[in-house]
Amino acid sequence: MKFVDEFRNKELATALIRKIQTVSSRPVHLMEVCGTHTVSIFRYGLRSLLPESMKLISGPGCPVCVTPNRDIDLAIALTRQKDAILVTFGDMMRVPGSTSNLQREKAEGRDIRMVYSPLDALTIAKDYPNKRVIFFAIGFETTSPTIAAAILQAAEERLRNLFILDSQKRIPPALQVLLQAKRVKIDGFILPGHVSAILGTTPYEFLSREFGRPAVITGFEPLDILHGIWMLVNQIEDGRADIEIQYRRVVHEEGNRIALAKIDEVFETNEAEWRGLGSIPESGYRFKKPFLSMDARTIPVEVDSPKEHPECLCGEVLQGVIAPTDCPLFKTVCTPENPVGPCMVSIEGTCHTHFKFQ
Amino acid sequence: MAEDKILLAHGSGGRLTHDLIRQVLLPRFSNPLLDVLDDSAKIHHPSGTIAFTTDSYVVHPLFFSGGDIGKLAVCGTVNDLAMVGATSSYLSLALIIEEGLPLSTLDRIVSSIQEAAEQARVTIVAGDTKVVEHGKGDQLFINTSGVGWVRPGVNLSGTNPKPGDKILLSGTLGDHEMAILSSREGFHIQGSINSDCAPLNDLVEKMLDVCPSIRCMRDPTRGGLATTLNEIASASNTGMIIEEERIPVRESVRGLCELLGLDPLYLANEGKLIAICPPEAAHPLLTVLKSHPLGKEAEVIGTVTAENPKRVVLRTFIGSHRIVDMLTGGQYPRIC
Repeated sequence: MKFVDEFRNKELATALIRKIQTVSSRPVHLMEVCGTHTVSIFRYGLRSLLPESMKLISGPGCPVCVTPNRDIDLAIALTRQKDAILVTFGDMMRVPGSTSNLQREKAEGRDIRMVYSPLDALTIAKDYPNKRVIFFAIGFETTSPTIAAAILQAAEERLRNLFILDSQKRIPPALQVLLQAKRVKIDGFILPGHVSAILGTTPYEFLSREFGRPAVITGFEPLDILHGIWMLVNQIEDGRADIEIQYRRVVHEEGNRIALAKIDEVFETNEAEWRGLGSIPESGYRFKKPFLSMDARTIPVEVDSPKEHPECLCGEVLQGVIAPTDCPLFKTVCTPENPVGPCMVSIEGTCHTHFKFQ
Repeated sequence: MAEDKILLAHGSGGRLTHDLIRQVLLPRFSNPLLDVLDDSAKIHHPSGTIAFTTDSYVVHPLFFSGGDIGKLAVCGTVNDLAMVGATSSYLSLALIIEEGLPLSTLDRIVSSIQEAAEQARVTIVAGDTKVVEHGKGDQLFINTSGVGWVRPGVNLSGTNPKPGDKILLSGTLGDHEMAILSSREGFHIQGSINSDCAPLNDLVEKMLDVCPSIRCMRDPTRGGLATTLNEIASASNTGMIIEEERIPVRESVRGLCELLGLDPLYLANEGKLIAICPPEAAHPLLTVLKSHPLGKEAEVIGTVTAENPKRVVLRTFIGSHRIVDMLTGGQYPRIC
């Protein structure tokens, strides 16, 4: 397949691994921020090919996983309202809230629908004008432009029955918190390819400027990842800390201005709650004034205070402080069929990836 | 089970389905014929071995590119029989129809059943029709059961594979599941992927003509190749190593998998088979497969091993190894 097979070539992979081994002279801890990277690293068994002195740590880049219980509980409460249709991405269905999950609520008869694009929520809202259609919006900068575009279109079409339960997140502030907390040793970052296609390099400059950490925006195929790691190791060996782009075929320094403008038209940055990381300034959004009427958080519903499973260590996993295998629930109580925490649910969740591929 | 209600994922063909069968059904009905969990039960009788199976079809939508629920209902059951070596058979046909289904729709599906039965050379010898109120079904559900004689001298079972045996796959993975997904509302996928839905009995017959010593055959339906190989590895207490670069996947299916984050190894097929045979039979079998219209893209994809019993290991494109578990969670509901 074009643009895929070229990046899964065995000879080139072997050559890159040899180069990494030659260049790398000291133990390094690299964080792959994005869940898609984690999946790819496991799917292609890359860890087993890298030098033993190199440790890859999975980061918080799974939007399902970082959605706090509070928001899932609110989504469930909203579905229990009369004439409500909750619309969301498939992975959210099984994420445990404090006492239930959306899949179970669906089995109880609530109207919960899975979509592949935020624009599908618009279609549903048009098809059911007498129902309150609530789109549970999760995602990072990759998804936000489409969500913003859907909101803009809904506003233009004066759709009054579409609401957005916004739980979107912004990646750079989370990285800042991880580095400030100093709970985990990170020598360099493998930065997400698609998030960065929107953001460009500027929002990551603090990594090198304030923290002296190198970073490489990397694609998702095995050769991309090996190439990105090689670039990172070179920076570390040279004592450099730059924000470099490996994923040149998709990412440009300036990012995607049109997409950024869409986000900016609808949202302004705001403090947001992350599972495991707590409340992080500027790491989420709130609606700009013209779109406030679409905010599902203004719908009056009663929700109990969220309860976390006392033994679930998803929060520690999301920060890279522990590996899933360090969690006592992993594979014993917590499995993809019976997930205790969201990291075991999402196909990009670190625990799910470890479970599936190890 | 952890859940107190049936979830759609219980129908995925993956681990939850297995739990449902093993925890709720098998304890009640356990007997030697059922417990082997092959695609059909093999009932031994002085005049021969009878294969017997049943399957229900709830696919949504009813019509998809490359097939419809009717064709699927014939092929699925014919294939379950063929996988134990019963290549000519008799079917029953039960229709559960929702009130309001256009008669023209039913007629189209019944014609398709007729056509598929003729193609598979099977006779429909018993049937039933029921109608349920509007809203109590989803247009049409079909159940077919099948019986057939197992070819004498043939013993196909998941318990048979031995270290050193070769694993053959008859063609590309994932065509059926991707055809269903791209036929669904909300997907807006351009370009069509056709379901591979087809009766495999003729192919199986030709394979058994050349190699009656085939150890095991399975059609990798729900849960895909990964789940089926795990089931066989478990039943035979062997390990398996498969080569990613040998596993055929159509470019359009791979593209869609990349887009949706799915793994072709877990996608459902309705016209493919896995055959495990002694090493010396692999080449002649591959020749038979490749000369049949349903096996043109067949490949020897791996080997049964003594190491890693009950585990399936994949050698990836780039030469690393990883364990391939059975389907967990469930990809999409109502694909067959």
